[in-house]
Amino acid sequence: MADYKDIWVFVEIKKADIRGVTFELIGKAKELAKNTNEKVSVIILGKDVSSFCEELSYHDLDKIYLCENEILEDYLTETYSLTLVELINKYLPNIILFPATKIGRDLAPRVAATLETGLTADCIDLKVIDGNLVQTRFVYGGNYLVDIICPTKRPQITSVRPNVMEKSESTEKNQPEIIEFPVKIDPNKLKTKIIDKIETTVTEVKPIDEADIIVSGGRGIGSKENFKIIEELAEVLNAAVGASRASVDAGWVSKSCQVGQSGTVVNPNIYIACGISGTTQHLVGMKSSKKIIAINKDPNAPIFEVCDYGIVGDFKVIVPILKEALKKKLSQN
Amino acid sequence: MRYIVCVKQVPESNDLKFDSDENKVLKIGVSTIINPFDQFALEQAIKIKNEGDEIIAISIGDAETKSTLMRCLALGADKGILLDDEDFKDSDTFATSNILATAITKIGNYSIIFCGNSSIDTGSSQVGPELAAILKIPQVTYVESVENVENGKVKVKAQTDEGYRIIESELPLVIAGIPPSSFQPSIPPLPKILAARKKPFDIWKTEDIEGDPSKFGSNGSVIKIIKLYKPPKREQGIVFTDEPNIAVEKLMELLSKDKVI
Repeated sequence: MADYKDIWVFVEIKKADIRGVTFELIGKAKELAKNTNEKVSVIILGKDVSSFCEELSYHDLDKIYLCENEILEDYLTETYSLTLVELINKYLPNIILFPATKIGRDLAPRVAATLETGLTADCIDLKVIDGNLVQTRFVYGGNYLVDIICPTKRPQITSVRPNVMEKSESTEKNQPEIIEFPVKIDPNKLKTKIIDKIETTVTEVKPIDEADIIVSGGRGIGSKENFKIIEELAEVLNAAVGASRASVDAGWVSKSCQVGQSGTVVNPNIYIACGISGTTQHLVGMKSSKKIIAINKDPNAPIFEVCDYGIVGDFKVIVPILKEALKKKLSQN
Repeated sequence: MRYIVCVKQVPESNDLKFDSDENKVLKIGVSTIINPFDQFALEQAIKIKNEGDEIIAISIGDAETKSTLMRCLALGADKGILLDDEDFKDSDTFATSNILATAITKIGNYSIIFCGNSSIDTGSSQVGPELAAILKIPQVTYVESVENVENGKVKVKAQTDEGYRIIESELPLVIAGIPPSSFQPSIPPLPKILAARKKPFDIWKTEDIEGDPSKFGSNGSVIKIIKLYKPPKREQGIVFTDEPNIAVEKLMELLSKDKVI
């Protein structure tokens, strides 16, 4: 186990950009590394990704492991896991942090099981005690927390929920060592391939799992037209639009907006729930938001049990008033 | 074709009591259901099943887990296998995947292994990919539907952050399913519930799957839970019932005071 050293962060690339969560992982990795006297390095897989080295050289990184190949242009479990397993077996990191995104949650368990080591998914806190990474996550619908360690195997692999850790602050430019790792995959031997890609979300829209503020609408919104009231409030706050399952089912908003157990788990700084009663499956998806504001006409709606602040009333009346008040306040700031 | 569906029995409600000394929740007297993601996975298998195909539902558990497998049989699975042995107790996801992989290898000749993408109790989404890694076969996760199976290949529709991808894979593989928002779980009618009792049902132990007990249960687990605890309680919220203008004004004051806005 002593041969395993340093902390790695998996860099997730999305549409020619490094996903914001990557810098949250780097921030946490640097904090852990300070305590364990280790170094922080990153791994990038993709096609034409060497251009990201510049942006990453402001984060006090030790090394950038660069796996560049045409075959890695689109994420595919098979190609990414084969490459990563080889890289890990060669350089033996102690800890690897993945983002708990769709890609991270597909890739990390594949890699961990191939290496016969432990993984803790969707963590909200990490610390190192006695050489072990203590990984904290929710279980049982957010009703409990568990602390988990991987005492006898290395590397220790974890996926971290977006929007929980502080982002790494840019530092002065350093020159991380760039290690180009040859990707040896025979395309003819692959068992999976992407036949088609269908984009249903507007590209400028922030993914809800990375949004600071989310304005969400539920069944109580009543119609697609009424959802504009939600969108207008979101616009003033530069927020993402979220939705309960009921409003996705009704076809008022796209599936990618869905917050909850069968949608996305979010934890923004502010979550504004409008016309959402608060089913268990929805609450699981947003309960850990830092501030929850609920607007609902039913004073007995379960959402009021988890909210910090609530207003009982018709969202059609309240949301526009709130929007104007926020607009005024924000212009004064 | 043989399709294998891995199902987990989960507590119906996540409002559970716990034993802080043992770091375990207490499941005694708690009503249980089939993990809804797993029911979706099973219904996917039923949808693509043709004449002559076979669906086997498999679960790790104890005598109580039989009810979940009987539910699978009532929904349309052809055979149930319960993996019940002291050796299997206290498995983490890796040991769980090893038990399933060993049992599935014992069953043999499978085309697709269906799993739910997640479970509603512990929700780590790990067993599907770990099972696929151990069996050294492909995996596709976040699968909303199976488009078709032909010529030894399967096409599935899988969710991405941007929308969907259609992925083609060789058989065998693991498919981890996530229900689209339109999914309504089927409720089996009484005649099917009764007919389920006549379907084949096996209980397998370590020796039945020719397994190595050091890979199962706590011996085969690579992670260890060191603490289970309640998250800090949210303070009771403040809810205004004033008329809209005043309510918003009060809310804005609090938000300013908290420096949220």
